[in-house]
Amino acid sequence: MRIKLTVNGAAHELDIEPRTTLLDALRDHLNLKGAHAGCEHGVCGACTVLVDGVAVRSCLMFAPQAEDAAITTIEGVTPGPGELSPIQDAFCETHGMQCGYCTPAMILTAHALLAANPEPTREQIVEAISGNICRCTGYAQIVEAIALAAERMRGVNRPSEEVRK
Amino acid sequence: MKAAPFEYFRVADVDEACAMLAADESARVIAGGQTLVPMMVMRLARPTRLIDINRIVALSYIRADGDAISIGATTRQYLVEHDALIAAKLPLLARAIPFIGHAATRARGTIGGSLANADPAAELPLIAVILDASLSYRVGSASADIPAREFFVGPMTTALPAGACLTDVRFPVWPGKVGVGFHEVNARRSDFAFVSAAAQIELTDDGKAKRIAIGVGAATDCPIRLESAEKQLAGTELDASKVKDAVHAALADIEPLADLHATAAYRRRVAATLAARAIADARAHAQGKIHAH
Repeated sequence: MRIKLTVNGAAHELDIEPRTTLLDALRDHLNLKGAHAGCEHGVCGACTVLVDGVAVRSCLMFAPQAEDAAITTIEGVTPGPGELSPIQDAFCETHGMQCGYCTPAMILTAHALLAANPEPTREQIVEAISGNICRCTGYAQIVEAIALAAERMRGVNRPSEEVRK
Repeated sequence: MKAAPFEYFRVADVDEACAMLAADESARVIAGGQTLVPMMVMRLARPTRLIDINRIVALSYIRADGDAISIGATTRQYLVEHDALIAAKLPLLARAIPFIGHAATRARGTIGGSLANADPAAELPLIAVILDASLSYRVGSASADIPAREFFVGPMTTALPAGACLTDVRFPVWPGKVGVGFHEVNARRSDFAFVSAAAQIELTDDGKAKRIAIGVGAATDCPIRLESAEKQLAGTELDASKVKDAVHAALADIEPLADLHATAAYRRRVAATLAARAIADARAHAQGKIHAH
């Protein structure tokens, strides 16, 4: 069947079988390999993308169900080529990854969390990423990365101490 | 891990969904897909047609309905999780919702989908049974209601007739000095429960249980009410040793599930402990000593 998908702001038309998951449509039809196929049955969270700004598992949606939604993948969070989003930057700085397999999904989950809650507690960060499995078990630095990103993003557009005086 | 081929239809209303279900007995409704899609990719379910009811706007709502709260079948779990009316009127549902899957599955998962799939480990069937919810469905052009206690008949099996589409679930609101408790044991946060237990209690002004509902989920094929314990404990001050004896007796003749994660003996033992804790929490909550969240 023919469907329309809007991914990272760009409209696409795809010819797919209805059984194609959103994950496979992104990877195999749109060549967006940042959404990772881990368990493919909703357990590991590696395929997490944003659908209308909310983190969902792209392996548990069939692609036709995503028509008319705004989909954001890890390729869509950078402000420009060669740049990093504040959350990606924080993951680099705290070394919030080892093998990197879970990382795009962790970052998108963090995006959804911080959009809804700019000042999360450690407990809320842990709860938010509890659906994303990291088998290198680097959770401590991932939590640190999200807390650092939150702190920096709260500072954006805030006048400096100098200006406020 | 790919689903078998199927035809996909997006329907605009319940009439259309029911007509399509009537035309093909191998067709299935898909709502949030958080239970059905894993079943399909594991080839445990092979529907010929998927009838997508996600865009039926009339099935997504949370509203006061007399002495109850009605929730539309396709209402997403995260909407219920963050709803002020639910928090105020259905504290047990509000308490249990964060235990369902993860934020990313609650973002898609629906209230009706969890009930209709009837996974033994699911939280919503337990809450529906404890609160004596009433489920509404359509089959063809006829509507019918079924009490939650008659709805769940086995693992992934309900009393919903063939060709039916669940439309609404109605949770009675308890007036008065109400407290709730919910506990669950699982391998990691928000993973499938090995055992869950919940209680809702209304206390009299002198601290006795005016009304009490206790249930255990995930331990058996479907959620159960501990009716004998409810009878024994009603009217009492819920003294800890009496609670312990009552829940143990109520669980003596259940047939717990056993798998590689938890033996039947373990599930029975944990069910008793968690039920007692849920009752203690509900009592303290009703007395204003702890908050539900």
